[in-house]
Amino acid sequence: MTVSRRTVLKAGIAGLAASAVAGCNNGAADRGAGEVIYWLWDSAQLPMYTECAKVFQQQNPQYRVRIEQYGWNDYWNKLVTGFISGTAPDVFTSHSSRYPLFADKGQVLPIDDFVAADKVDLSIYQKGLADRWVGADGKRYGLPKDWDTEVYFYNSALTDAAGISAEQLNSMTWNPSDGGTFEQIVARLTVDAKGRRGDQPGFDKNNVKVYGLGYSDAGGADGQTSWSWYAASNGWVYSEGQPWGTKFFYGDPKFTETIGWWRGLITKGYMPTYAQAKSGVDITTSFGAGKYGLTPNGSWMLGTYAGLKGVKTKLARLTQGPNGKRMSMMNGLADTIWAGTTRREASWAWVKFLGSQTAQDIVAKAGVVFPAVTASMPAAKAAFAKAGWDVTPFLEPVEAGNVFPYPANPNAADVAAVMSPAMESVMSFASDPSSLIKANNDVNKILAANA
Amino acid sequence: MTVTTSPPRKRRSLGDLKVAMIFLAPATLGFVVFYIWPTLRGAYLSFTEYSLLSAPKFTGLDNYDRMVHDSFFWNALGVTVEYVVINIGLQTVLAVGIAMLMYRLTKSITVRAVVLLPYLVANVVVALVWYWMLDYQVGIVNQALSWVGIDPVAFFGDSHWAIPTVALINVWRHMGYTALLVFAGLQTIPSYVYEAAEVDGSTELKTFWRITLPLLRPVLVMVLVVTMIGSFQIFDTVAVTTQGGPINATRVIYYYIYERAFTRFDFGYASAMALVLFAILALISLLQLRLLRAKESDLA
Repeated sequence: MTVSRRTVLKAGIAGLAASAVAGCNNGAADRGAGEVIYWLWDSAQLPMYTECAKVFQQQNPQYRVRIEQYGWNDYWNKLVTGFISGTAPDVFTSHSSRYPLFADKGQVLPIDDFVAADKVDLSIYQKGLADRWVGADGKRYGLPKDWDTEVYFYNSALTDAAGISAEQLNSMTWNPSDGGTFEQIVARLTVDAKGRRGDQPGFDKNNVKVYGLGYSDAGGADGQTSWSWYAASNGWVYSEGQPWGTKFFYGDPKFTETIGWWRGLITKGYMPTYAQAKSGVDITTSFGAGKYGLTPNGSWMLGTYAGLKGVKTKLARLTQGPNGKRMSMMNGLADTIWAGTTRREASWAWVKFLGSQTAQDIVAKAGVVFPAVTASMPAAKAAFAKAGWDVTPFLEPVEAGNVFPYPANPNAADVAAVMSPAMESVMSFASDPSSLIKANNDVNKILAANA
Repeated sequence: MTVTTSPPRKRRSLGDLKVAMIFLAPATLGFVVFYIWPTLRGAYLSFTEYSLLSAPKFTGLDNYDRMVHDSFFWNALGVTVEYVVINIGLQTVLAVGIAMLMYRLTKSITVRAVVLLPYLVANVVVALVWYWMLDYQVGIVNQALSWVGIDPVAFFGDSHWAIPTVALINVWRHMGYTALLVFAGLQTIPSYVYEAAEVDGSTELKTFWRITLPLLRPVLVMVLVVTMIGSFQIFDTVAVTTQGGPINATRVIYYYIYERAFTRFDFGYASAMALVLFAILALISLLQLRLLRAKESDLA
């Protein structure tokens, strides 16, 4: 057989076209009608969700689940381009900071009808968790899968050396004027190059070897792991509606005095300067190198801290503030369905399964995150205990009801674009806390323009 | 009068054209689909309000008007220019130096390969490795500085240091590659010029300034234009290290465009900025070519 140039050309074009079509992995042609594509970003959770998929497929032989995992940054970019090009996954893990926008743009499927038809019991979840996934429009967009709160992770060798007991660490009080017993402890934990502590005479604040308190960033618009619990226990709220705000209060004196006190720890030498804190790989690496006494962080970081072999890490409650409470932000993830899916029934079946106790028991036993289903919590607690963690400080604010939600907003990215540089500017002493009044006005202007 | 039938020469050239078209087609197709079309669409989107998730809305010159009043945009341009000046300035000088050393001292292929090595490592990997090495508290560089009695430097966290740090990392990565380009240019300079200089008793330094550098000009112009366009597009190093911070110190124009588009879904505005950047780069390239008389060689 002779092959003409034309044939070669035609074959080439056909090949190009074929590969272009194959590029759409959500194309209906190349997978079965019951096959659901599911995305998540946390590689640590991939094994347990693979296990969940196995059980799901045994229970529902008509469906299949294909799990794909992408790192946090890639994840959201890929997702958005997927929405446009029609290649988004049928079901994906979602976050409070992102889903309001997706819901606003009609990219996630409201599941109210499914929930009603299947009589899904929403009372099995930790209090308030299911309602986080009810959007500003009153529609429900997902079933909760896990939750998180914050605590102080502390280096117990350093606290022992400073003569600070676990009881003292777990009963810290805080106020914006003198920082309470918390600031005393942080001062004691700070050690300068000559071995003098922050509360001892002659302490050289310009030559600090170990800082009492670490921080990863200026906190941006949410301050989740940096300042949120101080401000909340000082009686401050993010916005007039929780979690759906149309007017923010970053200019409120209760907030600015909190930030003013917080950055004061830098002046006193108990916390690194903003330049130093940001000129590092991350807060856990420095903590692992023994550079911090206390570092506040979220429960999703337990695995990372467990991996720090050079230090012995323990958990302490957050501080008790002027309102007499220990407050923590409580956030969580949910599984949501893409509005453009061609497999609604299968997608819903998978979401429903992931929201069930069967699935969450599997997740709980892995000891990576806290499951959203209350009845699955003992299994998670046991798994964490086996890894050497007493996770009680994470659970207490939830049980006591002293939690507040992540500030949800369809314009979260625009709010962050104003608040991140503004907070960084304050923390690096380029501007005063009072400059947050102007930043807050900018935020509210953006929200008003988009309302 | 001559015969009026078409000369055979013309027909033959048309035949060539057909074959040429076939050979050009794949590249042209790619160019049109992946460059021309997106550029035209970007130009159109720059006149719209477009959030990706809903249809674009025509808003005329609104985006351009916004840009004029957007302090973040001007900051981004300023920061980018600072980056380009440090990056290109240092990189070009070092590259010429390395090229001269290679040209005069060694013919070793191994040396040439080693010089190219940093360029072969992915941008993101280079950035991350340096990010670790330059860590304020646990990085090896600050450890080394402390041994010689210098206080640690917050390379990425200090707003004065952040851009120079990012620029220097990329100088390290690119100077070897640039040196090879310059080295290739050095080899085009005929040896008789040097011989003549030697006969005239010219010093090494004088030869470099009076002969090497002027004769290298066409190559240097090419290198400058190409590296400068690349330099303006600095993105990945910033994306994996400072992410625009501290405050806005490293929010370079590409990163700002990216943030506007992909985290804030402001694709219309992002397109407008991209188009302005395109115009700036075109203008700079033209200026460079004109000022440095790229088309002329002093050899002629």
